[in-house]
Amino acid sequence: MTSLLIDGLSWACLLAGGLFCCIGALGLLRMPDFYTRMHAGSVTDTLGAGLVLLGLMLQAGLTLVTVKLVMIGLLLFFSSPAAGHALAKAAISRGLKPLLADSDDTSPTSPPLATDEFGVSVDLENAPSKP
Amino acid sequence: MFSAVTVLLLLAVSLALLRAVLGPSVFDRLLATNVIGTCTVLLLAVIGFLTGRPEFLDLALVYGLLNIIGTVAVLKFFRYGNVADPSREGKAKR
Repeated sequence: MTSLLIDGLSWACLLAGGLFCCIGALGLLRMPDFYTRMHAGSVTDTLGAGLVLLGLMLQAGLTLVTVKLVMIGLLLFFSSPAAGHALAKAAISRGLKPLLADSDDTSPTSPPLATDEFGVSVDLENAPSKP
Repeated sequence: MFSAVTVLLLLAVSLALLRAVLGPSVFDRLLATNVIGTCTVLLLAVIGFLTGRPEFLDLALVYGLLNIIGTVAVLKFFRYGNVADPSREGKAKR
């Protein structure tokens, strides 16, 4: 009875985690600009990974496998926010603007002037200072 | 049932791969690479359970480490123009 309950819980967690991974990837494909895409991508890193790992832990029981799964979970838990922060900071310092950014706090509205070699539309005159 | 989760994760990977191919800027591609890396770690863990070989979890750990190192290294390169030399910071060609 208990094993059946744990089995059901673990399957529910696994399926929900897989679905959340798909939702995150779908948002990554469909969202309109880079920062919203980052928001969608973080669904995969938090809820998708957490639920899949939780489901696998329920399958494994209290063994060494669970310890390894906890390690993987901690690694993703600490590394993906750091990577996301670095990604957003690099994008901002490169001059990538959010889609709905207030344009009057930096410069008068002007269309993006050029595209640099990384595919980022840059306003060359008002580009933020490079570190 | 593990195979259903595998299929879902593969679908997520293919959608992220589409974004990596389409992505207008390099940061979109890097974000898609990051998501693909996370999905790969999960996929390796699930495949370890699917085939009944828990050694795959070690591979998943290694892939997670490589993922964070790869993302941060590429970002550092695109931000500063070099990877590990702070004295030459900002002198590279934009």
